[in-house]
Amino acid sequence: MTIPPVFLELFVLALGILILVLESFAEKRDRKLFAIIGIIGLVVVFLFLQGSVPRDSGMLSYTVDWPAIFFKKVAVVTTIVVLIMSIDYADTIKRFLPGGSSQSGLGEFFALPILTCAGMMWMSSAIDFILIFVSLELVTISFYVLVPFMRRNAASLEAGVKYLILSALSTGFFVYGITWIYGVTGQTNLNQLQLALPSIPLENQPGLLFGALLVLVGLGFKIAAAPFQFWVPDVYQGAPTPITAFLSVGSKSVGFIVLLRVVLAFQTLPAVADKLITAITLLAAATLLYGNLAALPQTNFKRLLAYSSIGHAGYLLIAVAAIGSLDSGLAVVVYLAAYLLMTLLSFLILVIVSAHADGDDIVHFNGLGKRSPFLAFGLLVAMMSLAGVPLTAGFLGKFLVFKVAFETRQFFLIALGILTVGCGFYFYLKVVKAMYWQPAPANASAIPVSRLSMVAMWIMVVLIFALGIFPQFATGLLPLASR
Amino acid sequence: MNLLVQLIYLAPILSAVGILLGLPARRTAVIAALVALVSALIVFLGYDRAHAGYQFASSLLLVPGWDLKFFVGIDGLSATLLLLTSIVDLAAVWLAPKVDYGENRYYACILLIAAGAAGAFASLDLFFFYAFHELALIPTFLMIGIWGSGNRQSAAWKITIYLSIGSIILLVGLIGLYLLPPPAQRTFDIEKLQQLASSGVFSGAGSRSVYILLLIGFGILVSLFPFHTWAPQAYASAPVPVAMLHAGVLKKFGLYGLLRVALPLMPEAARHWAPLLLILLAGNILYVGLATISQKQLDLTLGYSSVMHMGYVFLGIASYNVIGLNGAALLMLAHGLSIAALFAMCGELRKQTGTVNYVDLGGLGTSMPTLCFVFGLATFASIGLPGFANFASELLVFFGAFKHSTPGAGFNEFQVVGTIALWGLVISAVYMLRAYRAIFMGEPQPRWQSVKDMPMNLGWAVILLVAALLVVGLLPRTVLDAVEPGIRLFVK
Repeated sequence: MTIPPVFLELFVLALGILILVLESFAEKRDRKLFAIIGIIGLVVVFLFLQGSVPRDSGMLSYTVDWPAIFFKKVAVVTTIVVLIMSIDYADTIKRFLPGGSSQSGLGEFFALPILTCAGMMWMSSAIDFILIFVSLELVTISFYVLVPFMRRNAASLEAGVKYLILSALSTGFFVYGITWIYGVTGQTNLNQLQLALPSIPLENQPGLLFGALLVLVGLGFKIAAAPFQFWVPDVYQGAPTPITAFLSVGSKSVGFIVLLRVVLAFQTLPAVADKLITAITLLAAATLLYGNLAALPQTNFKRLLAYSSIGHAGYLLIAVAAIGSLDSGLAVVVYLAAYLLMTLLSFLILVIVSAHADGDDIVHFNGLGKRSPFLAFGLLVAMMSLAGVPLTAGFLGKFLVFKVAFETRQFFLIALGILTVGCGFYFYLKVVKAMYWQPAPANASAIPVSRLSMVAMWIMVVLIFALGIFPQFATGLLPLASR
Repeated sequence: MNLLVQLIYLAPILSAVGILLGLPARRTAVIAALVALVSALIVFLGYDRAHAGYQFASSLLLVPGWDLKFFVGIDGLSATLLLLTSIVDLAAVWLAPKVDYGENRYYACILLIAAGAAGAFASLDLFFFYAFHELALIPTFLMIGIWGSGNRQSAAWKITIYLSIGSIILLVGLIGLYLLPPPAQRTFDIEKLQQLASSGVFSGAGSRSVYILLLIGFGILVSLFPFHTWAPQAYASAPVPVAMLHAGVLKKFGLYGLLRVALPLMPEAARHWAPLLLILLAGNILYVGLATISQKQLDLTLGYSSVMHMGYVFLGIASYNVIGLNGAALLMLAHGLSIAALFAMCGELRKQTGTVNYVDLGGLGTSMPTLCFVFGLATFASIGLPGFANFASELLVFFGAFKHSTPGAGFNEFQVVGTIALWGLVISAVYMLRAYRAIFMGEPQPRWQSVKDMPMNLGWAVILLVAALLVVGLLPRTVLDAVEPGIRLFVK
């Protein structure tokens, strides 16, 4: 079935507004029902996406190619899991909301992620800097509200302020970069830009490079690449956990699609593109080292995941730096699919465990293997995949990243990658150690899990193994055989 | 027959899953190990020795664009190692002590380690060859960390980090290997790669850098000097079944990888790096050998000795002739069986006496006569006395090293290292006999009166291992006939 382009985004937007309206008019209803409505609506959108194929959109600034479809799926799946987490997290949220009726405000907490999702879907298809910027703002502004949502929690407010200031700053860089690129080429459309680039005279190239680097800085904030990562640990720790998951997966993946599109567009002007690649290589090296080394001493699980999110941005940047290889885009896509599954799985289990244990330090996972073997197994799978143990999705991603890096002779990054994978084994296994080696605290009991979360958890566990053992399974899910 | 090959690794995996889901742990594990052993034995005997090459192969194409498939099959070498895996696995499961905490997970982990090794030996596809080996990494971490002894936590971290870095170096090497041929010919299929090798795509400077990556990657996994420091401590702290499986079987993966992938594909690079390998393996034999002598407790002595003996296998590999490689293959089997038997009995000593320090032991011979006798047999096997498989294989390795002569060139580096390695025999006699004396000889001591002799389950397990050592030692042709045709394919 062919759906007009943009229709799905509009549907998601309408879904978000519907929940906002319900929040105002259906005051007595259980707010969790709204989340269920949102989940059902998004599942419908996902099914439509599953049926779509790349085609000509008939629009200049909007494309329906396979990465666009893939990243839309990423956005939708992430939002679904975030909503599932939010249901489990609702009680925590309520404690930190100012008075009123017992559930007032919760509806917004379910509606805003859906609006963010619409922004991410637009961003996946945007091939014009103006549309990219607008959709980016839709995403970011929703996050401005979501990050400090727990208004009576100082950490959440602090995270909100940090995110607001730094995100606004990065947006400034991004827009400034766009103006430079526009000033040199007279284009904001990436396709037109690609055609215009070869005819840029030599004396204008520094200006173009400057613009491209500023765009890189702006995107560097979004994907949490060092040295633009310093907001990540505090914001991730302070934000409500489902929103942290959303930031860490959704925000990062759309950042990468934009980065890929921009870098690809610049390939027509090798003189600038080579310097851009060098900058990305340096960024990748710094990100890999910072993310993985700083994760080593962490004792808070949420913070650990924040640093791990920086570290994984490093591996993804290796794949971007290897843009010369045919499989570079494939590596990014597969890595992100794996990253989505394993990170969301970790956050899902974190929400369940921390709601029960009232804290999100690694010690709160002590003895989980004995208390709740299934939760522990799920987290074990997530950690194995994050560390890159074969037969899991994470390994397939790392394998492809190292492959494209080898093809483009990025031996420096490979050497760093070997080192950081070793670090990764240490800090991910710290969680495994807590779950299986350490005894459970004396008063600990089995952790109750809602049926919805259990189903979501098992689906992700199965998908992680499926992607790792049968990479061809990805051909159905992702357009693996694209070349 | 093809199904039997699958059973060797599938039986442990499936039973591990079953045990985790609640099947009776010990009974299921023993049955699975028995099924695997019987299948491995039938496959080993059924392998057609008149024809070299891979038999009982079956494959499932996974990603056509990369020529990636799930491809399983065996030749003489892998059949031998599969036999080793299932013998040691059965022994390890059989003698596993009573576990009072998390029995299901304990047995599932043992089975997964065995399955990882077996899957790697049976895979003819680089991707799964690698992936199966890594399957054993997390169970090992859990086993040592939860049920280990002594300084278990630091040992568990050390082995896991060390091996994960070794594996990732290996992975980069394998990716390099995959990328060496022109794009249209790229494949993960080991059989196809070996056919490609004759067209010369794996030569030149590129192959040399790939080979050194593989050598270091595999080397870390086999505890090649100076990457060996993870092994002794980990084996000393590991629960008995893990020490048996890891030292006996899983460590052979690196050697198998060199014999299966690195040597046949890149003979030129192998010759190029042979001098470096000779220096390192001399380090294994001499340096680690001397370090073994200075150990003061049995578990560390055994851990270091297992590192040291890898030097002989490397010597056979470095000499790169039929007789030396035959010796290396046979020694992998012999060492796997003997070190597993020794670790099994070391665990029993620790359980009965509560210590493995030489100063605290002594005079146990009268209270544990059977253990004393069987330990003696395993000690002799480990030193390499005639009659045991270790003797036959070490002899072949030395012949291989000395045969490596260039006409008119006099004494070459292979013969020098071969001579050094001969002294290794003396070194191993020193530390093993010292250990034997310190534990069993001397005046019977009153505090050993409550010590019981070897229990039945341990007895059967060790008898299985020692009997296999004697059979192969007296009739080495049973194994060599299977291994040799495969080796002759790539050694001219």
